[in-house]
Order: sequence, then structure tokens, then C-alpha cells
Amino acid sequence: MRNSTIFFAFVAVGVILFATLMLHSQRALLQSEKMLVANGNLVGSLRLTDLCLFTEARYTRHPAVADVHSAFQDHPMALDHFPSGSLVTPPRFRNEGP
Amino acid sequence: MNRYLERHRNIADFALSSLMRRKGKNISLLLVYTLVVFIIASVLFFIHALKHEAALILKDAPDMVVQRLVAGRQDLIPAGYGDKIASIRGVSEVTPRLWGYYFDAAVGANYTMMTAELQGPEPEKIIIGNGVARVRRLAAGDIMTFRAYDGKTSLLQVQSVLPYESEIAASDLVIMHEADFRLLFNFPAKEATDLAVKVRNPSEISTVAAKIVKQLPDARPILKSEILRTYDSIFDWRGGMIIVILAMALLSFIIFAWDKATGLSAEERKEIGILKSIGWETADVLLLKFWEGTAISLSAFLSGVILAYGHVFFFSASLFEPALKGWAVLYPEFRLTPAVDAYQLAVLFFLTVLPYTFTTIIPSWRAATVDPDAAMRS
Repeated sequence: MRNSTIFFAFVAVGVILFATLMLHSQRALLQSEKMLVANGNLVGSLRLTDLCLFTEARYTRHPAVADVHSAFQDHPMALDHFPSGSLVTPPRFRNEGP
Repeated sequence: MNRYLERHRNIADFALSSLMRRKGKNISLLLVYTLVVFIIASVLFFIHALKHEAALILKDAPDMVVQRLVAGRQDLIPAGYGDKIASIRGVSEVTPRLWGYYFDAAVGANYTMMTAELQGPEPEKIIIGNGVARVRRLAAGDIMTFRAYDGKTSLLQVQSVLPYESEIAASDLVIMHEADFRLLFNFPAKEATDLAVKVRNPSEISTVAAKIVKQLPDARPILKSEILRTYDSIFDWRGGMIIVILAMALLSFIIFAWDKATGLSAEERKEIGILKSIGWETADVLLLKFWEGTAISLSAFLSGVILAYGHVFFFSASLFEPALKGWAVLYPEFRLTPAVDAYQLAVLFFLTVLPYTFTTIIPSWRAATVDPDAAMRS
């Protein structure tokens, strides 16, 4: 068998697999709608503000309602020592200013 | 047309044989290249799916949460603040939220303790998240012990466990009756952790927030749009670990490109010289190098992206788990909904496949334009 035939067959299999995964993604999105609605209702009824992604520190468990200078909240030189602190950006924005 | 295709196939055949002659070097290159694409694609898939899910789940979050700040830190908010806020025109509902944290010394995990007005548990009963049930091996009907503020043990019965599907929102929750909550933490009456505010007209939320700050200067309103923005900026590319991953990937590509752009090996130069001397045109040599580059970069792209999809959506991004878990004992187990951003994939394709393919062509063009005799002798 020619080398190019093997290569094109490999690319074709890869493209078909890739397309199948994209179809899987679309299907899974439709199937998860019910679950997302249920989670949305839970958030609404419990009045939750955050997702439960990192439970190790309070400012990574609830980044939306964390103190403004989260990483330095314990004292001015307290550098962030939680690994998830490097994934969660500190809250910007805010209305508390004059 | 057939002749044109056959020419390409012949050159592709030759390019693949040429790659196979330097099997060790090219296979290791392919593996590293695939790994780089895999890492970048995994990060992109994970972040996009998480942001997609956060936006959908948190769209039902409170319109506004009002905290009280004392010396720059959040403090308990008196019920009187709620009355003042409720009197502002446009506010339809103010609900005190009672919540806090509890460190469970038995397993070393932190729980989020809270009360619920609607569908909450009966007194002396709790509803727990699936993560709490997992780490404490609890089921409905079991008794869970808590150490109260005064050191006494408080026994609360598990009324129900929240479903597995809710882990992304409620894995570490312990929901209890208000009386139990106040008793457990000696939480002052007529005070709350913060206030959830509902505004009649969504376009007036920021106006209401400004009025709250004017009336209660120590209050800090957090709008729903800001909550959503927090999760939109989570895993921001400027964030610590993300920028390290992206910088590593970028450096790897620079090394690949540098390796290719700084020239060909003596063996490759000799090969080009021989090809030219037996009648190959410069365009044929460039086509040969184009096929070599395409074979490597396209194979790496397809393999890397497919593996990344499986890693993130079938194996719950298990390679990122140590970083995501951090020091946490209670870690939510959730399977992300596979939301894929076609735009990001297209960018990844253009950033990985095209630069590599073109950097293989440039030095070959320089080698192919010199005299074949000189190329072979060099």
C-alpha cells in the first residue's frame, strides 16, 4: 500500500472522529439542558452566587462575593498560598467606590 | 485534474518515505507536537465549557447581593439595612441570606453552611450536597455531628442528599433550618450574612445599587452582571497557572519554528541537491517540504484535539485535577457539558498547523535555489 494512502486514511479517520465528537458535543448539550435548568432552579431557590469549583479557601469558593483584595485579606503581606488562587482572578469591577 | 492529483500523491509518497527515513527524530517531534496541541486544546475546552455552564447556571442568581463592610472586610449586616433597601423604589424583594463556613476536623474539609427559605429542611434536619455525603459516607436518614460555637455537639439528621448532577453548584452545601443555624454558630438575631435583593426592572439594577451606596455608605452591592463577569474572567489567560501553560506552549512552538527556520541538516541539503540534479524543479522541492510539514502538523493537530476532547469531557480533565483540587479535601466531581467553541478551534488550527508548515518551506526554498552541485558538496 502506498504511504500516501495510509496517511490520507489516517487523516480521514481523524476528521471523521473529530466530526463525530462535534456531533456528540451538540447532542450532549441538548441532553444536558434539563440538568442545567435543574441546577439553575437550585441556584435560584437557594439564592446562590457561586459555583462550587474550589473549596480550599473562602475567596476561591465564593469568588463573586470575596473581599476586594482577596489574596491579601489576612494581612497586607499575606501572599496567596492556595493553588486555586492562581486560577481564580481577584474580583475587579465593584460599585462600592464613590 | 487526475494528473495534478497524481503528482501531489507521488510527492506526498516521497515526503512520507523521507520522514520515515528519519523515523526516530520525526516520531519524537510528532509526539511533542501532539502533546503541546493536547495541552492547549484541553485548557481551551475546559475553560470554555466551564464558562458556558457558569453562565447558564448562574443566570438565576440574585439580581444583587448587598454586603456590609467593616474596616474593608465583610461583616454581618443588620436587618435594618434590609428595611432601608426594601423602601428604595424599584426593589421588589429583600431576603436575608444566612450562610458561612464550617471546618469539619474529622475529614479536614470545609463546608458551606446555609439556610433555605424555600424547600428547606425541617428543624434538626439537614440537606447535604453530594460531595459532603461522599466524604462523610452519609445517606438520607443518617445523623451528622457538628461542633457548635460553645464546644457542644449538635446532632442533625440528613433529610436528603442533593443529586450528583448538582455537584457543580452545591457539592459542599449543608442546608439547615434557620433556628439550627443561629444555634450552631451563636449567630445574632436580626442580623444576616448578606442580603439578596430582587429588582423589578433589570435595567434599573445599577441605579438601585447607586442608591443603596448613597443611603448606606458601608454597604457593598454586588450585581448579578458582576457575578457572571467573575466567572467569565475565571481562568483568565493572565491568571498564574494559565499563563504558565500558554507560555510553555508558545515557547515550544518557537523552538519548533526556530529549529526549522534556522536551516536544514547537511543530509537534507544533500537530498535536495540530488533531487534537483535528477530533474526536480524548485516548485517540486517546495511541494515536498510542504507535504512533510503538513503530515506532521495535521497529524499532531488532529490527534491532540481528539485526545483533549476525551480528556476533558470523558475523563473530567483528570490531568488538571491536582491543580484544581489544590489543598481541598472536598472536591466536587462533575462532568462538564461538552461545549466547544469553533472559533477557538479555528484559531488553534491556524496557530499550530500553518506556522509550522510555512517554517518548513522557507529554508527549503533557500536550499532549493542554490546550485545542485554546491548543495551536494556542502
